[in-house]
Amino acid sequence: MPERIGKYTVATPSHPKILSYAAAVGKKEGDGPLGAQFDYIAEDTTLGQPSWERAESLLQKTAVQLALKKGYLEPDDIDIMYAGDLLNQCIGSTFGLKDFGIPFVGLFGACSTMALSLINAALAVDSQAANKAIAVTSSHFCSAERQFRQPLDYGGQRTPTSQWTVTGSGAVCVGKSDEDCVYIEDYIIGKTVDMGITDANNMGAAMAPDDVKIRPYPRHEGMVFFYTQIQYLRGFRALFKDFLM
Amino acid sequence: MNITKKDYDKMTKKASPPSPKIKNSLCAFFFGGAVCTFGQLLLNVYMNLGADKDTAKTLVSVTLIFITAVLTAFHLYDKYAKVAGAGSLVPITGFANAMVSPSVEFKAEGQILGIGVKMFTVAGPVIVYGTFASVVYGVVLWIISTFK
Repeated sequence: MPERIGKYTVATPSHPKILSYAAAVGKKEGDGPLGAQFDYIAEDTTLGQPSWERAESLLQKTAVQLALKKGYLEPDDIDIMYAGDLLNQCIGSTFGLKDFGIPFVGLFGACSTMALSLINAALAVDSQAANKAIAVTSSHFCSAERQFRQPLDYGGQRTPTSQWTVTGSGAVCVGKSDEDCVYIEDYIIGKTVDMGITDANNMGAAMAPDDVKIRPYPRHEGMVFFYTQIQYLRGFRALFKDFLM
Repeated sequence: MNITKKDYDKMTKKASPPSPKIKNSLCAFFFGGAVCTFGQLLLNVYMNLGADKDTAKTLVSVTLIFITAVLTAFHLYDKYAKVAGAGSLVPITGFANAMVSPSVEFKAEGQILGIGVKMFTVAGPVIVYGTFASVVYGVVLWIISTFK
């Protein structure tokens, strides 16, 4: 059962394990230095879909399909699904994952959605509310630009501080297992810290203060850190890049 | 560690790389100038073809708007604007791009609620405040004229 062991830290003593995971990304991400690590790289950012939102949904669907396949799992084996994206009403997730028929919880945590969904999945498994859970997130550069900034074809110059939203989706199956694999030992949910940054082209500066405000001491070397609302997943020794979506 | 918003603002300014102002200004000057020179060329051509000056001016605007619309629709204008900056924004081409780009973007949401509604998301404020400003100046002109 989950247990609060500090002011912020919550332990999941049964150590929910990462049974399998997959990442599906767009072309630009595939061309990057992490290219070889991804399970699926789309040749075309539209993925053959009529809209960017549908392309993002398809990325999520692909990521979940691959994660299930890699863990030799069927959708029926999963008790609950925690998923989110950057779009209104999390439509990327709701439409992308509807065909699996898995009970669904929509989450919105912007950059922290992967950590947030993993924490929820770990909690569900540790509290025995679920035998197996899946955590999913996605974003798509083109749908995010439309949602938060200007139309793609609008002619403008990016400031040097502006960032590029990832086109990609990650899915992680969490459950109990006797095998020696990566597990979630405890976590911290961060608080929102507003340092008055209003520049939509400097998101790094808006997110970074969470790092300044809370500094829990790491107990393990492989600590993974996710920005925005701080969510530390400790004892989480997988390769960072596999979860950085 | 306790950092105030003011301190953080200073830290942000220090850490953020500045825009390359000189390069941007030079690009804007030359690209903007090139567009205007091209406009002048068009004006001369239209006048040589027999149009009077007012008609030729309208034709120049229409031609530039058309070229921008086509370039925007083929996803080329944003690449040009990335280099040209304000040089692409200030001439009539910037306004045409501001109208066409949302139309392209929101085509997926339908003719009425997509293109029809969202077409003005970028250029709308220019139209609203442009019209408002012209009303204000009209009133000012009228007040001045009553003193004559």
